[in-house]
Amino acid sequence: MKKGYELIYKRPKTLLSKRMHYCPGCFHSTVHKMLMEVVEEMDIQEKTIGVCPVGCSVFAYDYLDVDMQEAAHGRAAAVATGIKRMLPDRIVFSYQGDGDLAAIGTAETIHACNRGENFTFIFINNGIYGMTGGQMAPTTLEGQKTTTSPYGRKPDTAGMPIKMAEIVSLFERVAYVERVSCNTPANARKTKRAIRKAFEFQMQGLGTTFIEVASNCPSGWKCTPEESLNWLKEHVFPYFPLGVFKEPAKEKV
Amino acid sequence: MAEIKLMKGNEALAEAAIRAGLQGYFGYPITPQSEVIEYLAVQEPKHDYVLIQAESELAAVNMLYGSSGAGARVMTTTSSPGFTLMQEGISYLACTELPCVLVNVVRGGPGLGTIQASQGDYFQAVKGGGHGDYHIIVLGPNSVQEMVDHIFLAFELADKYCNPVMLLADGAIGQMMEKVTLPEPIPYKPNKPWATTGKTPDRKRNILTSLFIESEEMEKRNLRLQEKFKKITQNEIQYEEYQTDDAEIIVVAFGLCSRISKRAVDIGRESGIKMGLFRPITLWPFPLKQLEEIASRKNVKFFISIEMNAGQMVEDVKLAVCGKKPVHFFGRLGGIVPTPDETFNAIKSKI
Repeated sequence: MKKGYELIYKRPKTLLSKRMHYCPGCFHSTVHKMLMEVVEEMDIQEKTIGVCPVGCSVFAYDYLDVDMQEAAHGRAAAVATGIKRMLPDRIVFSYQGDGDLAAIGTAETIHACNRGENFTFIFINNGIYGMTGGQMAPTTLEGQKTTTSPYGRKPDTAGMPIKMAEIVSLFERVAYVERVSCNTPANARKTKRAIRKAFEFQMQGLGTTFIEVASNCPSGWKCTPEESLNWLKEHVFPYFPLGVFKEPAKEKV
Repeated sequence: MAEIKLMKGNEALAEAAIRAGLQGYFGYPITPQSEVIEYLAVQEPKHDYVLIQAESELAAVNMLYGSSGAGARVMTTTSSPGFTLMQEGISYLACTELPCVLVNVVRGGPGLGTIQASQGDYFQAVKGGGHGDYHIIVLGPNSVQEMVDHIFLAFELADKYCNPVMLLADGAIGQMMEKVTLPEPIPYKPNKPWATTGKTPDRKRNILTSLFIESEEMEKRNLRLQEKFKKITQNEIQYEEYQTDDAEIIVVAFGLCSRISKRAVDIGRESGIKMGLFRPITLWPFPLKQLEEIASRKNVKFFISIEMNAGQMVEDVKLAVCGKKPVHFFGRLGGIVPTPDETFNAIKSKI
């Protein structure tokens, strides 16, 4: 360090120094960093086990320096259930996209939440299938164009975008649900705070914790990263509002 | 201490799993094997295994994946339609090399089928029911006692080879009651340095995956699996022979059919026909060489495979015999169990 300079920003030690495969502007890299900062700050690297999905973040284990399992498409909640039940004193998270968590794996998601499985869902909702090249997701907005809804999503045939945070907050044994985003530095900090809260509630054994990140996909949305932030504000947040949907009662915490 | 009891096949296998050190069971009720989860649910307070009635067989097999990856000794049980749902997970378990025990108490199919005993899932079990090149070790118990013995063997083989091991039973063996000797419980201490239990400073992170995006890496994993399957084939084949030394007719049968066929062989011997029984105990790896050797004997005239399906294992018998002798087939379908007399008559009709 040069004299007179102070180090105020660095990569957390729990995030491996490997060039990420994510597209420019994508929130995955931001959320990875937030997640690993929380693991470092809480000093829980030895106790943390993650589950990767099938989707853009299928290689998350290349970057996150914690033990990880790769699940079949949609089955991360069942895999995380198996891990957490065998090792109840560890901190377990699943990291899933919208196709994984809200389409092919809806049954696993819903039932893990209903049982109140004591792990944390980190749900990256970008409204599109990024990895397979921009097809319609269960969370694609009404009228939004994708390669499989080239004329815009039609609710008459494809239904409305599914609101997972709202749905899972209905389950009694789900402790904490928050929808966050990373479109501004302030929101990114909120995302980090939400992850930390979720892990703390998990350590207290309060039940399922669920963080939905209203995310972007400049490549799939066919726009620049900056335009994707505008799209979030103008179209995504009005339908998928940010905020806390459920929190443990004060006396429990 | 070992105990002698009169027990149902499904309950005996559940008790055996507990005594073999079961740490996690994940399942979904389906006839004719629901007694397994019911038995484990009753016994749960006395032991410290985890038991989850999953929302589907798909979820159950993936809970098995997660818990096996966390280093635990785990099992699931199901019956035919449920086993089909589990194929996705079994392919992943095999590629990731996670040890676990699977039990299929087979019922008649295809489709929703029937709840009576069948051997219609032989192909699915031994040829690899899911996608990709893999094998699981398949044991074919033929009695309640073997439901117990094979559970111990299955857990041992699963850990030895880091591979799924299954029992291919059937509705009759699952439901019938027989005298059974239950061995003493064994202390189980897992030694699985590859398990995801949390990255400690003394090691790199453990990653359990079946994804190898580079073709060269994927081929490497495949070759490693094939090497392992070769080793299993060399070391683990089990079979049983009955009256085959001077036999002119070799009856081949596994599971319940082997007991019916044994009686048919006795009927044959009583009427002066030199028959013998060859019973594969490991259905994968299949005792190909042993059957091939028998086929080379001068006194052997023909083989006949007796099955509760439309003729599945008979294909493996033909592979082993390799045209040296004729290979016939007799089977009943749809949950019907052949009698010793009709089996004997079917064999006799080929003379």
